[in-house]
This record gives sequence, structure tokens and C-alpha cells, in this order.
Amino acid sequence: MRFSMLTASACALIAVAATSAEAQTTLTIGTVNNSDMIRMQGLTPEFEKAHPDIKVNWVTLEENILRQRVTTDIATGGGQFDVMTIGTYEVPIWAKQEWLKPLDGLGDGYDMDDLIPAIRSALSSDGKLYAAPFYAESVLTLYRKDLFEKAGLTMPEKPTWDFIAEAAEKVTDKDAGIYGICLRGKPGWGENMAFLGNMAREFGANYFDADWKPQFESEGWKKAVTLYVDLMQKYGPPGAASNGFNENLQLFGQGKCGMWMDASVAASFVTDPKQSQVPDKVGFAPAPCGVEGCPNDGFNWLWAWSLAIPNSSQKAEAAQTFISWATSKEYLELVAEKEGWANVPPGTRTSLYENSKYTEAAPFAEATLNAIQHADPSPTDDKPYYGLQFAAIPEFQGIGTAVGQQMAAALSGSATVDQALKQSQAIAEREMSRAGYPK
Amino acid sequence: MARNVTTGRKIGTTILAWFVGLVIFFPILWTFLTSFKTELQAISIPPVFVGFDWTLENYRTIQTQSNYFHFMANSIYLSLGSTALGLIFAIPAAWAMAFSPTKRTKDVLLWMLSTKMLPAVGVLIPIYLLFVRFGLLDSRLGLIVVLFLINLPIIVWMLYTYFKEIPGEILEAARMDGASLGKEITQVLAPMAVPGIASTILLNVILSWNEAFWTLNLTTSNAAPLTAFIASFSSPQGNFYAKLSAASMLAIAPILIVGWFSQKQLVRGLTFGAVK
Repeated sequence: MRFSMLTASACALIAVAATSAEAQTTLTIGTVNNSDMIRMQGLTPEFEKAHPDIKVNWVTLEENILRQRVTTDIATGGGQFDVMTIGTYEVPIWAKQEWLKPLDGLGDGYDMDDLIPAIRSALSSDGKLYAAPFYAESVLTLYRKDLFEKAGLTMPEKPTWDFIAEAAEKVTDKDAGIYGICLRGKPGWGENMAFLGNMAREFGANYFDADWKPQFESEGWKKAVTLYVDLMQKYGPPGAASNGFNENLQLFGQGKCGMWMDASVAASFVTDPKQSQVPDKVGFAPAPCGVEGCPNDGFNWLWAWSLAIPNSSQKAEAAQTFISWATSKEYLELVAEKEGWANVPPGTRTSLYENSKYTEAAPFAEATLNAIQHADPSPTDDKPYYGLQFAAIPEFQGIGTAVGQQMAAALSGSATVDQALKQSQAIAEREMSRAGYPK
Repeated sequence: MARNVTTGRKIGTTILAWFVGLVIFFPILWTFLTSFKTELQAISIPPVFVGFDWTLENYRTIQTQSNYFHFMANSIYLSLGSTALGLIFAIPAAWAMAFSPTKRTKDVLLWMLSTKMLPAVGVLIPIYLLFVRFGLLDSRLGLIVVLFLINLPIIVWMLYTYFKEIPGEILEAARMDGASLGKEITQVLAPMAVPGIASTILLNVILSWNEAFWTLNLTTSNAAPLTAFIASFSSPQGNFYAKLSAASMLAIAPILIVGWFSQKQLVRGLTFGAVK
């Protein structure tokens, strides 16, 4: 036994000592596990063939672990990652902290003007691009065309929440296991608050007013949350307070939901016969509106998984070469050639939506483009922060998650809507004054 | 009559034991079954138990997406390395505390254990900064040291309890016969404590194998063990349960096999000293 122990420790030490000499640049890329990213990993040999001096090393992690991992590394200057996958929430904050390198060497053929303006602006700071969009999403109403027909309903071009409430009631058939509406309930700033932040905007309310005062007790939030809780308790699936994107995706894919409002990327999953039992019965509509002329026509959601270079990376030049390849028009064509047009990462380039091969292969293309184009996250007179379904300030993660827990309590019935909103307002006010707002 | 009751009770206890065993084993069984389903079958309601088309697709996908053996080799290095390092320090420490206790021995033991009460994330940034400074990020050596340190209190405690059961007179006799300190520990004490040491090794290998905070936060690719391998198959958007189950099965397979073959040692070690 002692002999094997000694051998093992000796092996371990030898293995550590044997560092290989590097003849080429090795890029370490941190990313999340989703189908578009996995596809990119599969196509990496094509990149390495074109750039023999660069080798790519992938580190795939679960979203929350990746966020924690990358934040630790970047804040301590660890330099473990040369390219990292981050979202539209991080980019404005990190660019301001000077944690990211501006992407100014993407090459002449990159065609930056082809990037969809809303996305480009979400990833820029002071006119400089700090992250290149890999795929982007907004919000859509997905509904079951067959169930609507059976109930004698027609989805309007621009649905209102009044219509959605009526439709939810008519479509629900709990004996048959069909719930009129499925929405996110799992607490978290990127979970239920992404949906509720969007819904509150549909009723004309923001997270903070121009003086950074939290708005959870405003009329808009009250109306939105009251309706949300009411609809979900009457027509939603049981245990909705623990449902996130994936849980709703499963419910909808099994034909148990009449309607589902969520990230537009859901459309590509529920129309895929390999992942859904109702691939040809899904219709797409804009997100519903709560008031006349609601901001952004209800499209109050913009997210883009993007590639950025941390300031601590020593291999910025090679990293830019990779980012330029992965977010180029040529990459989209490469995916189309190998995997078909329906699998091309959506939402980043205008030219993709002008390509008839893509619009034919992806029935949700038009609805997605429409949603993304309308979602403008820039600050306005009554909204001092960047972002729609989130507020791009460092304090938002904590506030969003604490408020999300209050909303889940209201949804599960352990608190009333008024109590939950009052509590939320108190939490947010405390956090904001502690952080020194208004700044 | 009396014999009947005994048989009845025997059957009852057997059924109860099997039931409890099954309840404990069920999550692993379910993971095993799920790993052979398609993503759609994995989430279907009502759940399918065995009546589905068994497929190896998930295992194939996992092999093409990542290099399992690289992660497994790292897990083996880390768990064996940290355990070996732990024993080198813990055996003398436990020997000292078991056979020449002072009035502060109990306090020292308790203080060692108290280091386990600090949540790991509380020292993440300091440790990370040290790793940056010493260039240990994503290195096996750095992780072996960290895993060794976090498991050291448990190793010392376990060995201390086992050593306490060995009569000090035997060591004294060895000393009388002229055994040096090294010989006393390696040739007299260690052979007598083999079951205890074996179960300490096994428990620590399992603990290091399963450690998922430091191994995820201090590695990227070179030193990443199976915990990082599993974490790469969870997805924020999309169905992933079948693939995640397959990844989990692959990750626990080596330790399950080792545990199976050494269960006698493990049980003997854990009950060692229970009956005098």
C-alpha cells in the first residue's frame, strides 16, 4: 500500500514538473454549454486549419459557475482566459472598470456595420466595441396554433395582456393536462426577474426612475405582478415557482402549455422535432402590451452572448483573430454548410435576415429580428441605466435576486402581491442607498 | 413457535434492509437509466422506467465533445496525491496526539476541525491571489496542496481515533527492544492500524474526488478534474439531462469500482474499535 502511495505522489510531481514547451499560441476560451457554442467547438478545427499558429482550448462551464469563475479571474488579474463568453449585462460594467480590451483589430473584412444596431450599441462603450456578439435574443410569445383554433381564438398581430388573459382562460384544460400559460417563476435576476422586468416595462414601469429611486411600488409594477400572479395561479402549471427557462421548455415541448413568453431562442428549440413533441404547431407573436404605446412595443428584453478579451490576457492579438472568425459572416456560412441554415446562431447580423435561405429554414426568423430591432437598451430620460430586463449596474444582481425571491413568494401564495412589492421596495432602497445612489 | 418468529423477523428485516438500500441507491439507478435515454424521453411525464429504446448516443456525444480520460487522469492525480501528502503529515501528528497527549491535545484537535467551519468561498479571493502570485493556477500541484490542506483535519481526526485503540504498551515494548522512532511508526504502529489507515485513504480519495468548489475555481483546462467535466454538461438553455446523466455516470464509475472492491476494508475500518 505504501509503495503505491509513493508511486502515485511521485507520478503527480513528475507530471507537474513536465511543462511542455509551447511552439504556438494557445488560446483558452471560457464558455457556456448551449447548442450554438457546442457547434462552434465542433468547428474549431476549421479555424485551426486556417491559422496553424493558434491552438484553441475550450473550457465549458455552467452559466453561474462560469460567471463566478470569470469574475474572480478578471478581478484578480489571474489571466486564465484569453476569450470569455459574457452577456449584455456584464459588458457595460466591465468596460467601465477597464477589465476588457476594446476590439479594434477584427480586420477589414469584418463588416462591423452589418451587426444589428441594437446589439452593437449594447456591446459598445464610448463608441468602442468591447465584445463581439455570438448570438442574441429578445422576447417572444410562443403559442399553440392548434389549441387556439380549437378555442376559436386568433392571435392578434400585436396582442395585449387583456387578450392573453382571455386566451389563457379559454385554452386551459386541466383535465387534459393543458395549462393556458407558462411563465418563469424560479427566483433569480436572470430567471423570473428577466421576465417580470420585461412585463413591468410593458405596463410602463422601470426598475429605477431618473433619480435612481426603485420603482417596485409604482402603478406599473403593481398591475404587472398582480396579473402575473393571478394568471399563473389560475391557469399556470403546478409548482410554477420553481420553473425556469428549461422547465418551461420541457412543459411546452411536451404540449402542456398554451402560451409561453420567454427568450426568443426558445423558438428554435420548440420547432425542432428532436426536442419537441409539437414542432409544427407553434405560432409566434410579439410580447404583449399592457398600456397604450408601451415602451419598445413590448420588446423589453435584449441579451447577447458575446465574446470578449479580458485585459489580463497576454494573447490579445490571437484572441481578436479568433473572435473575428467566430462572429463573422463567413462563420455563419460555414455553419449553414455543415449543419444547415436553421442551426446558424441567430440575432447578430442584418445580412442573415436578408438571406432567403435562412428565412425559409427558420420559421421564427422574422419574429426574432423584429423583436431584437425593437429592443433598445439605451438609457432614456426616465431610465438612467443601460438594459431592459436588467439594469446594468453591479448592485442589480443582488437586488434582482432578492426581489425575485419576493416574487416567487407571491406566486406560491406565501405572501400577497402588495407585501411582496413593499418588501422588494424596501430591499432595493436599502441596497441603493448603501451603494451611494443617486450618483 | 420461537423459530417461526425469528424467521419472520429475519424476512422482515431483510425486506426492510433491501428497501432502505434501494431508496438510497435509487438516484444513482435513475441517473444510470436516464443516461441511456434520448433527451425527450429523459424529461417525459409520466417518466419511463425501463421501457424505452436504449441508446448509447449520449456517451458518444460526450466523447466527441470532450476528452474524458484527460479529466479522469487529473482526478486520479489529485485524489491520490493529496491523500498521500495528507498521510505523510497526519500519521506523525496523530501518533503524537494519541500516544503522548498533553493537556492541550483536545484543544488542538478541536482547533484543527474548526478550520472546516469556514465557508470555502470566504477565502476564495485570498487563495486565488496567492495562486496568481505563485503561478499555481490550473496546475495539479497547487490543487493537490489545497485538497491536502482542506482534508488534513479529517485525516488527523480519523487516524487519531484509530491509534487511540492501539495499546501504548505495544509501542513501549518496541521501544524497549531498541526500535527507532521511524521504525516504531512504520513497522509497529502502521501494520496494526492498517484497517484504519485503509479506510482513511478511501474516505479521503472519495472526498478529494468529489470536491467541487476548489477544483472548479482554481482550474481551467490543464488540471481540470471530473467535477469540471460534469459542470460542462449543464446548460442554461436547452435540454441536457440525458447527457448530464451520462457524464455523471462516467465520473463516478472509477470510484464506484474502487469502492466496490474495497467495501470490506471500508466497513472494517469504519467499525474498527467499535467493539473491544
